[in-house]
Amino acid sequence: MTATVILFPGSNRDRDMIAALTKIAGAAPRLVWHTEADIPPTDLIIVPGGFSYGDYLRAGAIAARSPVMAAIIRRANEGVPVLGVCNGFQILTEAGLLPGALMRNGGLKFVCRQVKLEVTNANTVFTSGYARGQVFTCPVAHHDGNYFADADTIKRLEDGGRVVLRYAQGTNPNGSVNDIAGIVNEAGNVLGMMPHPENRIEPAHGGADGRPLFEAALGLTAQAAA
Amino acid sequence: MVTARVTVTLKQGVLDPQGKAIESGLAGLGFDGVASVRQGKVFDIEIDAKDRGAAEARLNEMCEKLLANTVIEDYAVEVV
Repeated sequence: MTATVILFPGSNRDRDMIAALTKIAGAAPRLVWHTEADIPPTDLIIVPGGFSYGDYLRAGAIAARSPVMAAIIRRANEGVPVLGVCNGFQILTEAGLLPGALMRNGGLKFVCRQVKLEVTNANTVFTSGYARGQVFTCPVAHHDGNYFADADTIKRLEDGGRVVLRYAQGTNPNGSVNDIAGIVNEAGNVLGMMPHPENRIEPAHGGADGRPLFEAALGLTAQAAA
Repeated sequence: MVTARVTVTLKQGVLDPQGKAIESGLAGLGFDGVASVRQGKVFDIEIDAKDRGAAEARLNEMCEKLLANTVIEDYAVEVV
């Protein structure tokens, strides 16, 4: 299995993602710079977190217009799983791969804390390592995580089971509509989420709750079961 | 050279927590009677174009493609 991490200028959470993928997959991911027009064949594309371009204009706005974005869209349309975490989620919405927008947190403050996430759809390539209704702990660290979309879009997402992760037990940190923490595209192979599962993959992190997400996306769960 | 001002504001109905914070800041300074504050962005752009209409068409395209996120924002183009 090969994973690919996209690198943007100014990002600061890409290294956490690379470290997590290296530990879980046993091999370092391929790194693709934002100016590349093509992404070599890969099993998983990750758009990491971390304030690309200093969040200038809007979080994720400039990165979403990078040359590499057309390649990400092409691979996504081929069915390659694409995961956007935090700034990665913002970039995927700005690029139109996911609907809606991430607005300034309702409380206006940057939030850096643990939240509880409920898996509301366990039938995706990313969440199949969890049970539906399972609640796990995950860190968040963002200033613009307040998910917003018009009422029709929200209804379409809810009816289609496309809200896959929700802030649970009153831990919504940003005012996100319907406690939405993560959504998938219509085909189910593109996930955007504000929390950072890569920061909770081993006991030293306080728990390994985020690990099943990567194991599932990398196809390691199926291998272990076979 | 055409000079233009592009204004981007949050759509009506989209909550603007920054506007709300400014509102309470103004109230704290004793400015009463402020019914509402909405925060936005202004871009002053100089653009080479053969005429006003051509400039406006390109500026509108810039708003649609980058300057505004039309999921949450409205924009207005004013050639000065």
